[in-house]
Amino acid sequence: MSTLSLPSDAKPRSTPIHWLGKAVLRPVEAVGSVAVFTWQLLGWLFSQWPRPAVIWPNLYQIGVMSLPVVLVTGGFIGMVLAVQTYDQLRAMGLESRLGSVINVTLVKELGPVLAAVMLAGRVGCRIAAEIGTMRVTEQLDALKALGANPIQYLVVPRFLGCVLLIPLLCVMADGVGMISGWWFSTNILHIESFYFWHYTTVFITAYDFLTGILKSLCFGAAIAIIACHRGFHSGAGAEGVGRAATETFVYSFVVILFLDLILAVLFAQTYLLLWGEPTLAL
Amino acid sequence: MEHPYVELKNVSQRFGSQAILEQISLKVDPGMTLALIGESGCGKSVTTKLMAGLLNPTAGEVLWSGVKLNQLTNEQFQRERLRIGYLFQSGALFDSMNVYENVAFGLRQNTSMTDSEIETIVHDCIQDVGLTASTHLKMPSELSGGMRKRVGLARTLAMRPELIIYDEPTTGLDPIMSDVINELILKTRLEANVTSVVVTHDMNTVQRVADYVVMLQPLDRKEPEQSQILFEGTVEDLMNHDMDQVQNFVQGIAGERLEEMPAA
Repeated sequence: MSTLSLPSDAKPRSTPIHWLGKAVLRPVEAVGSVAVFTWQLLGWLFSQWPRPAVIWPNLYQIGVMSLPVVLVTGGFIGMVLAVQTYDQLRAMGLESRLGSVINVTLVKELGPVLAAVMLAGRVGCRIAAEIGTMRVTEQLDALKALGANPIQYLVVPRFLGCVLLIPLLCVMADGVGMISGWWFSTNILHIESFYFWHYTTVFITAYDFLTGILKSLCFGAAIAIIACHRGFHSGAGAEGVGRAATETFVYSFVVILFLDLILAVLFAQTYLLLWGEPTLAL
Repeated sequence: MEHPYVELKNVSQRFGSQAILEQISLKVDPGMTLALIGESGCGKSVTTKLMAGLLNPTAGEVLWSGVKLNQLTNEQFQRERLRIGYLFQSGALFDSMNVYENVAFGLRQNTSMTDSEIETIVHDCIQDVGLTASTHLKMPSELSGGMRKRVGLARTLAMRPELIIYDEPTTGLDPIMSDVINELILKTRLEANVTSVVVTHDMNTVQRVADYVVMLQPLDRKEPEQSQILFEGTVEDLMNHDMDQVQNFVQGIAGERLEEMPAA
């Protein structure tokens, strides 16, 4: 129990020193708050999961209900990539390599990132709005009063759903993107199906698949933590909940891009360390 | 000597720069029904959330049966907290669950009872608050305000608490439904022998259910040397108290507030 006691006449000051202090303290507080939240989540994650009856509906909501939006996204990415790269490759006389460009881009980069961005919108905003509404209608207090820990009961199942199912959704987006890219390339752009798949197998390695899945795993964890954290710290009323949902999407988007860069560098360096410079097989 | 069921010792509460409670001390003895009254925004709900361990005080101590909350381990705290039931102002029903699941929630979460044992308790509790089995499958969004509060009470009763905190149980209800809720508070006290804390603005509720009354005042209206607790005593003492602020509240008179309003 804290014994901190501030004088009742304490008022916010507004000198440059105070502004500077606030500018430094706010981000430190925000990072600290997310770190403590994540620490509590990990504590429950490795000690006690909620009942399966609590976990399953969340897996269904995050995984199954997101399938249409992810498949549509993947499908269009594959076709758009075919359209965007065909002219450049044809100018160089390399249009038969279209399959490799589409599929490497999909598996290593666009599949995980765009699937995660779509899910930050669909799943993340939903989680933040749901938990935020529970907070403002005292349902979080009701959980505590009835002997349930809100982090264990609400956050652990959603975290598991995002971490386990977003990589799977990403694999499905990749698969649909490949098929749609192949269909567009062979039927509209008249690329030989044999070359499409031949150069795909030449350029894509198991390592590329693995790094794509690991990326989406990290994106899933980030979306879950940001969405739940924003929900738990939602302001009062419709405006507070709306802001929590918006912040979830914006912060998730920025963190996804930041993680994407960090992980791309990390995986490239790991590849170099394990297998040396990649060889070109044109 | 028997310890008070819940005791607040010099408790203060702030949210950011906003002070809500300052140096509050009060206790709830076993078996009593305490009414916590006062103007909106004076910190009644915060006081009850401190009592229930739903908030940590900024300063001061909260004791349950003589034991300071910060001396309890997490497991002890969780176990002890279940002895306190909380009926929230809006009912705070879980809106993703139907009435049955709401009432069964605490039992599923904290006991290893079988489904049939849970069903019996849920059925009894829903019946105790005057609702029928036809409400079992209804979602909270399909219920009226009075039904929500009754389902909330059934959910609280299902855990067989020794102390129940009612946060504004009759606010927003019509006079008949208010009377139904007052009757339920009395019936619960009589049949389950529970200690009760009732937060209310409704003097009818105070007169019907309370043994002892504590009246708080908002900090911005408090004189520097005054306590935030404006009055404590029996209902009879409250009704006969000579302080203007107390009488204005009891009789619903704006008093000096009229002078604060812009002239017409």
